[in-house]
Amino acid sequence: MNLQVLESQFWSLCLQGIALGFIYVLISLGYTMVYGVLRLINFANSEVFMIGTFATVVAQVGILQNQTDSQSLHGFRLIYTLVFALLFSMLICGFLGILVELVAYRRLRALGAKPLGFLISAIATSIVLLETTRIVTFSRPQTSPRLLDKWSFGEFAGANFRIDTVMVIVSGVVIFVVLDRFVTKTRLGKAIRAVSMSEENSKLMGINLNRVVSLTFFIGGLTTGAAAFFYTTVYETTQFNVGFNLGLAAFTTAVLGGIGNLRGAFYGGMFLGVLEQFSSAILGSQWKSVTVFTVLVLVLLLKPNGIFGEAVQQTRT
Amino acid sequence: MINIRDKSASIWESWSPPARSGFVLIVITLVALLPYAGSFGPTSFLDTPISSYQAVLVYPIALFVLMGLGLNIVVGKSGLLDLGYVAFFAIGAYTMGIMGTMTSLNTWQILPFGIFFAMLSGLLLGLPALRLRGDYLAIITLGFGEIIRIVALNLSVTGGPNGIVGVPTPPAILGQKFELDDHAGYFWVILILILLVIWMIRRFTIRRPGRAWEAIRQDEDVAALMGVNLLVYKLWSFTIGAAVGGAGGVIYASKTMFIAPDMFTFNTSILILACIVFGGLGNIWGVILGASILAYLPERIRFISNARQLVFGLVLLVIMNVRPDGLLPRKKREKIRQKEAV
Repeated sequence: MNLQVLESQFWSLCLQGIALGFIYVLISLGYTMVYGVLRLINFANSEVFMIGTFATVVAQVGILQNQTDSQSLHGFRLIYTLVFALLFSMLICGFLGILVELVAYRRLRALGAKPLGFLISAIATSIVLLETTRIVTFSRPQTSPRLLDKWSFGEFAGANFRIDTVMVIVSGVVIFVVLDRFVTKTRLGKAIRAVSMSEENSKLMGINLNRVVSLTFFIGGLTTGAAAFFYTTVYETTQFNVGFNLGLAAFTTAVLGGIGNLRGAFYGGMFLGVLEQFSSAILGSQWKSVTVFTVLVLVLLLKPNGIFGEAVQQTRT
Repeated sequence: MINIRDKSASIWESWSPPARSGFVLIVITLVALLPYAGSFGPTSFLDTPISSYQAVLVYPIALFVLMGLGLNIVVGKSGLLDLGYVAFFAIGAYTMGIMGTMTSLNTWQILPFGIFFAMLSGLLLGLPALRLRGDYLAIITLGFGEIIRIVALNLSVTGGPNGIVGVPTPPAILGQKFELDDHAGYFWVILILILLVIWMIRRFTIRRPGRAWEAIRQDEDVAALMGVNLLVYKLWSFTIGAAVGGAGGVIYASKTMFIAPDMFTFNTSILILACIVFGGLGNIWGVILGASILAYLPERIRFISNARQLVFGLVLLVIMNVRPDGLLPRKKREKIRQKEAV
């Protein structure tokens, strides 16, 4: 127990927790969107994230030829590199999401399988993705070049506003708001919400079910890919087994906020990120997951539908 | 596609009781002789590249069948998704490891303790978790599995990451000795446990708890309306499943003589779940078939060592796409009834 950090690093831990929380939120959207539409847990999403981290490295090192030991970039070239890597990772993950749906879900949906069947086929898909990456990368960790000179905006109340922390938070907010607008305002977003309310009725209304499902997986992949880019930029290293822990945390995020509920996922992520930072500072990082799950159990006991409840239009019958 | 389950069930029903018992005895004898199946010339292909056929038969095959049957009570019979089944296996194994090295009790005396602690933890976890809906239960059990592993990794009594070395092997029973490279004895012990579990499941299925589980699995709300006490019967199913896992853990620790936290990862839980879904959820014979195949396959294809998990994943994916209800699904009759009801 180390309660002193509460005094000395309170705001610093909060800031880091929020930045971490945004990464969780973006991954958890991959779970929550799919769950909202299909009522199924998209177990392969953690490996989609893993592929995204590698896609970021490939974009920076393989395509743009930035070497690991090179100087950090400045000006136009920096922005160009970051934006390119972000879009590359997002698109790769988005299309991978569509592929996962085609391979693991489409046929089973047509056959009318039970939820556990989907779970196993999604797990099989994630085994395939994980093992392929492991073999291709020889189980070695990959370092991403330090493109961003990590200067600080300055300290406020003991919290160090570093450029990468700020970047994650600002872009996280932007992506989240865009997605939220998309789902609530556009025609396609309305189609997604209609399907999540009732598959049968939305089919009767002329909604192309398969297209909506593919779109959902695509969007989930896009946000997961963005998370992968931020993760790689902040931590600068990745490995084939990076997906498991982050996927688990993101899944917890989705459940905490009420799975299927977009805004709930946002609060869940903030809560989880800050909680993780504080528990590792106070109890030591090895007890981090234990604290998280104890809190999860308590939250679910008090609020069985997550803190913010499942979205109103999605309550189950 | 032909439903093997229904075909064989109708053949079985046409037999007279003596013929049935005779058939069961023959099958049990044949299964008990399995450890020697690898010692004849033409069957030596059963040997896997690294370990002998006998060793693989005990772990993973027999143990996975045992654990699969245990998990099947929870997932298959009562429809509760448990993603952290390995926790109970670990509790049994660590009970054996700690009590075996610190006290003078032998494996058979520790076995009840292992089962008891597994059941107790199942009860303590189940009391809060089983009140929740299915998907939340899944993540809580998943978290519980991870917590047990992390606790074992960080406590000194469990040896931390090094685990516990020198877990004693069981003492001889009825003249059958248990030594490191003698696998037949362990196989028979696990076989007896498997038969006990099968007998238990069959008894439960036709009695009150079995009917309650069936009702809960098909529709919780309706079951509650009909007066089934949801929490009590879910707890029953959860703790009985935990007991089987604990028993498996005790035997496993005693056999390998060494346990470490990295033997009890999420992957093991998933593998056991994959066994029962792959074989056919809720059907004892499907579970046995699925567990045998999924336990044996990765060992057999070790010659492509690096890619064996990849091939395993691909096979799983293809089979799930072809037969989403598993190789030997639950009785078709039930499905027809469901369709009529709709």
